[in-house]
Amino acid sequence: MVTIKINGQQVEAEQGQMLIEAADNAGIAIPRFCYHKNLSISANCRMCLVEVEKAPKPMPACATPVAEGMIVNTQSTYALAAQKSVMEFLLINHPLDCPVCDQGGECDLQEFSIGYGGDHSEYSEMKRVIPDKNIGSLIATELTRCIHCTRCIRFGQEIAGMRELGATGRGDWMEIGTYIEKSVDSELSGNIIDLCPVGALTSKVSRFTYRVWELASNDSIGSHDCVGSNCNVQTKNGQIKRVIGRQNDAINDAWISDRDRYSYEALQSNERITKPLIKKEGQWLETSWDEALQFAVNGLKDIQDKTHIGSICSPSVTTEEMYLLQKLIRGIGCHNIDHRLRQSDFSGQDHDPAFLGLGMSVADVATQQAILIIGSNVRKEQPIMAHQIRQANLKGAKISCVNPVNYDFNFKVAHNFTVAPSHLFKELKALAKAVQENSSEEAPEGLSALVASVKVSDEHAQCITELTSAENSMLMLGTLLQAMPHYSDIRMLASFIAQATDSTLGYLTPGANSSGAYLAGVLPNVVDGQHGLDTQAMFAEKLQAYITYGIEAERDCDHPVQAIEALKNAQFNISLSSFVSDTMKSYANVILPISSLTEASGTLINVDGTWQSFNAVSKVSGLSKPGWKVLRVMGNLFNLADFDYQSSTDVLEELKKSVGTVETTKAGNDIAWSCPENLSAQTSDIQRIAELSIYNVDSVTRRASALQKTQDAQVECVKINSALAKKLKFEEAQNVIVKQDDNSIEMTLSIDDNIADNCAYLPAGSLAAVSLGGGFDAISFN
Amino acid sequence: MKQLIQFFNSLFLAELFKGLSVTGRYLFKKKITVQYPEEKTPQSFRFRGLHAQRRYANGEERCIACKLCEAICPALAISIESEEREDGTRRTKSYDIDLTKCIFCGFCEESCPVDSIVETRIFEYHGDEKSDLYMTKEKLLAIGDKYEAQIAADRANDAPYR
Repeated sequence: MVTIKINGQQVEAEQGQMLIEAADNAGIAIPRFCYHKNLSISANCRMCLVEVEKAPKPMPACATPVAEGMIVNTQSTYALAAQKSVMEFLLINHPLDCPVCDQGGECDLQEFSIGYGGDHSEYSEMKRVIPDKNIGSLIATELTRCIHCTRCIRFGQEIAGMRELGATGRGDWMEIGTYIEKSVDSELSGNIIDLCPVGALTSKVSRFTYRVWELASNDSIGSHDCVGSNCNVQTKNGQIKRVIGRQNDAINDAWISDRDRYSYEALQSNERITKPLIKKEGQWLETSWDEALQFAVNGLKDIQDKTHIGSICSPSVTTEEMYLLQKLIRGIGCHNIDHRLRQSDFSGQDHDPAFLGLGMSVADVATQQAILIIGSNVRKEQPIMAHQIRQANLKGAKISCVNPVNYDFNFKVAHNFTVAPSHLFKELKALAKAVQENSSEEAPEGLSALVASVKVSDEHAQCITELTSAENSMLMLGTLLQAMPHYSDIRMLASFIAQATDSTLGYLTPGANSSGAYLAGVLPNVVDGQHGLDTQAMFAEKLQAYITYGIEAERDCDHPVQAIEALKNAQFNISLSSFVSDTMKSYANVILPISSLTEASGTLINVDGTWQSFNAVSKVSGLSKPGWKVLRVMGNLFNLADFDYQSSTDVLEELKKSVGTVETTKAGNDIAWSCPENLSAQTSDIQRIAELSIYNVDSVTRRASALQKTQDAQVECVKINSALAKKLKFEEAQNVIVKQDDNSIEMTLSIDDNIADNCAYLPAGSLAAVSLGGGFDAISFN
Repeated sequence: MKQLIQFFNSLFLAELFKGLSVTGRYLFKKKITVQYPEEKTPQSFRFRGLHAQRRYANGEERCIACKLCEAICPALAISIESEEREDGTRRTKSYDIDLTKCIFCGFCEESCPVDSIVETRIFEYHGDEKSDLYMTKEKLLAIGDKYEAQIAADRANDAPYR
């Protein structure tokens, strides 16, 4: 610690800290444009010039380290004169178009020009004008306003890991751009809007529709991945106008993904359902809540054997809704409830920990020295988690991946094992064998026999050595893995590797609240020794009635064709949803409009076990009601006990009491060893890889029109590698017929050598995939 | 003595005549009453009457939806919805002034960076219904179009003092 004096005030600062940080901590404001807490220091705007005693000239506070006894003055005539001249230079080329600028009212330049700007300019020469560039559907540019702080460039370089923006030209004619005409495609790109201190980069989606002083600011939580990014939802007259990142160093630093930022657009979609609908004699009728609820409850009462009711819940709804749904279902004597929409292998569900999570805090991921990622496109599935991995990587962590696709990550992958989903198990066996060879401890029962036939390559051995030697290391079981066949066997080996290398076993769960679903009991295998059916069994057994909660079965379930068939076959279906589709109308008997996430209060539990509650921030659409209220009344109509909640907080308190304390750390994720069977993956069939693409994860994201125009959303094609294309004699961009079981569709083919051998990459959740079968089943081409 | 004076004063109605003398004085003085509506008082070019929205000479509406008038309005009489017009410029989707709320302070005009919203000399208007006094963008632009010559002349007169 060193002691310095700023404006006569004694300030304690850490050795090596910059002046501006010390001043910020002491609450002394220094104007700045280029400095940002979470970015590197570039000291190019010179706005933070301050007077330092004995220094020959004004010093930039953001790039001057503190030294013992330093005497700094930020308000002296000398410092102010320096800041004022910098301001004058910045204003030379900046247009005076604040009235039409979306940044107007929250613009740093506007603010500081009040404090430091002159009332007239000495400059009479030509002003610089730069043509605007089209960088995609999310970000609007107005580059004449740019003051060259380079925050956006540094963000791309340091945080997003994609050098998409850069500067060309020098001095006055320096320009920010994409070098060549292209869009900015990073999944974190929207953050540069928050970073831009002026109005050069603004949101294209809400362009010109608000002024900042009209917005009400509400703290909320990102609801499209399990990280639970903190964000701030800003509304005007109850309508969301924008979502910006909120600083939380334990989770998302200052960043949020584009998915969390732009998906609010869907709330205004014309597919929103605004009134309860019931189907009478094949006709859809709009009706009152009383009638619709009575109709729904009567429909369920008509089912004599309650074990023939199935309920499938979205993993992205609030914990309160999940808790009430399972309470309702179990209350009427049924145990078929599940939220694992895409999981296909449930054989290991009894080994599942009580809390399925990361085993550490999200920020701790950045402190790992070795990470083994199994079955995950983490960059697109959980962008903020990928950011944390990248931070670990930048500090020197070794990252290894076992994936069916050689994904383009924004961190450096040391060891990449790209194998078909059916060969993942074999790959894990090789890694497990490497562990065994490495350690002196006795292998658990059956393992030696299991791994006897596999060959350990140098890379396998190196990967394991890195995990073992690292002080902090972890294995991440990705969302993609959890949807794969033989998931539980693969997990068993992963768990062995984790325990043997003293690493943390962490899950990246699907949806925003899978961890919450585990705690709330939205699982078939917990209560009173009663075993219900899992999602797959529910559809396979063709039950008499289904309750679907917050999902669109055709796009959210692993096997859309099977799911829709089962639903259509059922006698009575209740859909609780915020959106309605034609397919939903074809199978449901009642559609109850529930409010979407920002329209009701609730709690999401993120992957590290943080309970994050939020309030309703936007106006409810039409007659839709918060889900917990609907479930509460349904409980009342069934005359179930203890269903008299007054607020969502009541539900939360009851849930908290019933959950008690649950281990969310490393120890909670350890799995007791039971040797998996040896699988032989000797099949010549082409295997499908059905990753859930980034902008298809839930019904909200699918309807966010700006996101759907981005590069990442263009997934309506099937990808195979060149070896397979050669074998099948296919060419790039050719139209092919893709077949799964009896279902076939025509698609454009794309050749991509990042795909594993003998596999076809055909994302789930897309429109085309609706008429196909299981995510990782065999697929054929005609 | 005091009582005697009071007696004569009240006998000859002195107070009454004192009062009537004022009346009499004004009876013969020059009249300042204006015979409205036949006659009208002179108006300042700064008169703050009914609002109008102006256009540029080429017919383009001036308003850029910066919403400064909405922000400054002390009576919260102005409400604006903005949008990006097809040509990419910032424009109002709706621009409403509730005249029943307006206090004619003229702050909207003061705050306008493009001299779009102005207060004209018109003060004789009425509404059969309350909604007639809810001025929409179309109504305001129509007023502006009709009185543009006068509005422009008034602004020109005021310009030297700004």
